[in-house]
Amino acid sequence: MKRLIAVLAIGFLSITLSSAWAQTLTVSTFCSLCNSTRPLAEAYMEANPGVEIIVNELEYGDHHNNLVTALATGEGAPDVAAVEIGFISKFVADGGFEDLSQAPYNAGQYEELFADYAWAQGSTPDGRIITLPVDIAPGAMFYRHDRFEEVGVSVDDAIGSWDDLIAFGKEVTRDLDGDGNNDVFLIADAADVFEGMIRMGLEEGQGKYFDNEGNVLVNTERFHEAFRVAKEIRDAGLDAQIGAWSNEWYQAFKDGAVAVQFSGAWLEGSLRDWMAPDTAGLWGASNLPGGAYASWGGSFFGIPVAADDANKELAWDFIKFMVLNEESQLSAFDTIEAFPSLKSLKTDARMEEPSAFLNGQQARLLYADIIDNIAGTTTHPGDVIAAEIVGGALSQVLNEDRNIADALIDAERQITRQARRLR
Amino acid sequence: MASSSSMVKQEESTFETRLFAFQRKFAPYLFIAPFFILFFIFGFFPLLFSMYLSFQSWNPIQGLGAMEFVGFENYLWVFTDPDFYKSLYNTLWIGVVSSTAQHIVAIPLAFILVLRLKQLRHLFTAAYFVPFITSTVAIAIVFNTFFGTQYGVLNQGILAFSNSAPIEFLRASSWGSWLVAWVPEEPIRWLGRAKNIKPALAILVFWKYFGWNTVLYSAGLATIPKEYYDAAEIDGANALQRFRHISLPLLRPVIFFAISLSIIGSMQLFDEPFILAGSNPMGGINNAGMTVAMYLYREGFNYNQMGSAAATSWILFFVIGIMTAIQFAINGREGLDSRG
Repeated sequence: MKRLIAVLAIGFLSITLSSAWAQTLTVSTFCSLCNSTRPLAEAYMEANPGVEIIVNELEYGDHHNNLVTALATGEGAPDVAAVEIGFISKFVADGGFEDLSQAPYNAGQYEELFADYAWAQGSTPDGRIITLPVDIAPGAMFYRHDRFEEVGVSVDDAIGSWDDLIAFGKEVTRDLDGDGNNDVFLIADAADVFEGMIRMGLEEGQGKYFDNEGNVLVNTERFHEAFRVAKEIRDAGLDAQIGAWSNEWYQAFKDGAVAVQFSGAWLEGSLRDWMAPDTAGLWGASNLPGGAYASWGGSFFGIPVAADDANKELAWDFIKFMVLNEESQLSAFDTIEAFPSLKSLKTDARMEEPSAFLNGQQARLLYADIIDNIAGTTTHPGDVIAAEIVGGALSQVLNEDRNIADALIDAERQITRQARRLR
Repeated sequence: MASSSSMVKQEESTFETRLFAFQRKFAPYLFIAPFFILFFIFGFFPLLFSMYLSFQSWNPIQGLGAMEFVGFENYLWVFTDPDFYKSLYNTLWIGVVSSTAQHIVAIPLAFILVLRLKQLRHLFTAAYFVPFITSTVAIAIVFNTFFGTQYGVLNQGILAFSNSAPIEFLRASSWGSWLVAWVPEEPIRWLGRAKNIKPALAILVFWKYFGWNTVLYSAGLATIPKEYYDAAEIDGANALQRFRHISLPLLRPVIFFAISLSIIGSMQLFDEPFILAGSNPMGGINNAGMTVAMYLYREGFNYNQMGSAAATSWILFFVIGIMTAIQFAINGREGLDSRG
């Protein structure tokens, strides 16, 4: 009996001691961001013995759905959660994430360190800071050198305007093996052109779909023009009609079946690492056509309100380690081409490093220049819904020949109706 | 001393008998308790909670504390939402087309299986049943390839037919061209055109569930006494007459049951269109394949409106209730009595 008590006592002591020594932090992230989160967690654990970080990695959609469930029930929320730009508007609503502008976080003091637009994306119009940006995804046009050379068009000529791009598209889209079907297309999906164009010319206080006052901006010249150009590309047969993130999409990159693809800088990392590693050296990066400057993607870290209060201080410290530490940001830059959110890094020597994948181009300087030109866009809780509704309208125009004006009026009406019930 | 020991004994025995009586009385409850505990947690509580939720406005991201009573606002929202009616129409369309085809094929098929194939019947029934037990996700992925525009098997078949010599001959001749006007000359974009999405989904649903109905009808036919058929045969009835005058009438209770299941199943259709037609936009272009269950999902998980999603589920419940009641009124009483 005595021995049993002794064993129990030792066991109990060791549990309490180990919990006093080691603090466990859970971090939820999605892939491919996970490829930079994991090494950073390891580096943090090395620098802080006694801290154990468990990194939960899930696929993009599953990660965000799980996060919603955890926030809804207040159970199982991670201490640190990654949020992608496509989902951030869901979490802009009250309550889901800690307001980092308040004590003990006082994140407001760091605002000057970050690119303006990325800071705006992670905050709400009423000044709450819900997340800190970690990857700010400058939007660029990735293109195949060989496809341009074959038809003798220079990239600069093709990106002068969106109509110039169409003119190039008409030359590059063609049948190579003579079987009557085109083998090379300008672009994978005409909808990508639309995505690029609605990011153009945003003024201060405007988001893609809503302005700061919550007005719906869908039935505007910006959208009419984007719909028109996308439709022209589809009707001329210049797009391969391949949706993003499908096997066909990856195959098209491997085969060089599409000449250009608009995306964030992270696409370079994805192409290099797993989408089309064999095409190294064939790619280049340029500005978006028509003098557009836009962000394309982006990732953020925040602290769920439902997380364990005892861990929040440590969670904040880990976020600061990932986001405010220059070395951490550069490591993420190297692993997945996640463009660092810290402005100070734009003058870092490593910005001048040429990219082997992009045929020795100093693409990082291009990305940095793009970032300087992106205007601040605001995040609205209705962004996800608006994107879905406008995407639906675009697919009707592209596939069903629906009149553009009607489709946009309809989309505006639907978004207005949906926005009414957002609080 | 003696009396005290006997008293103890008596007390013991009464305690034992009481225990025995107690466990006799309550053991059965204990044995069925696991079901009821699980049912209350996973069946009854969610039922009540969704009813409660349908009167609340709740964005789940804000946590459980963010619920707010809004009366019938959620129901009003759903009833004034054009997308709800569109999803109801889609669901009914797919349901009517695929179910009708299922039953029209399954009844004669079961008749042939049971009365003609005899022993082979089980092999065929099993084969027809395979789609029903196969994972919907796997099926939807296979059908995605099946419906492919350029290389899909279905289009390859259609084009081979369209380019076959007789069709080409008719198409070229002036008098025959109208005969073959319905034969497509271009590959059909099954999932890329709003007007084709519902037929494509109906084909998938038909293929997946007709085997289930065949099994139901086979079982029903197997219960019909062989003497009836023998008597009819002696009276000179041919196979068609035996089917029409013996099998069909005696099968009515099974038909009633199978149609009820079809109504309930097709009103709740979700997985197949969700995977095949996609969720962005929900149900494919122009939401042409968005069923009520998908509308409900979109309200709850894409739009974060758990209240109106719960309201939709209750509206769906009542729609199913009404439709089953109508089917009972038309088919049920008579069908169920026909055996008596």
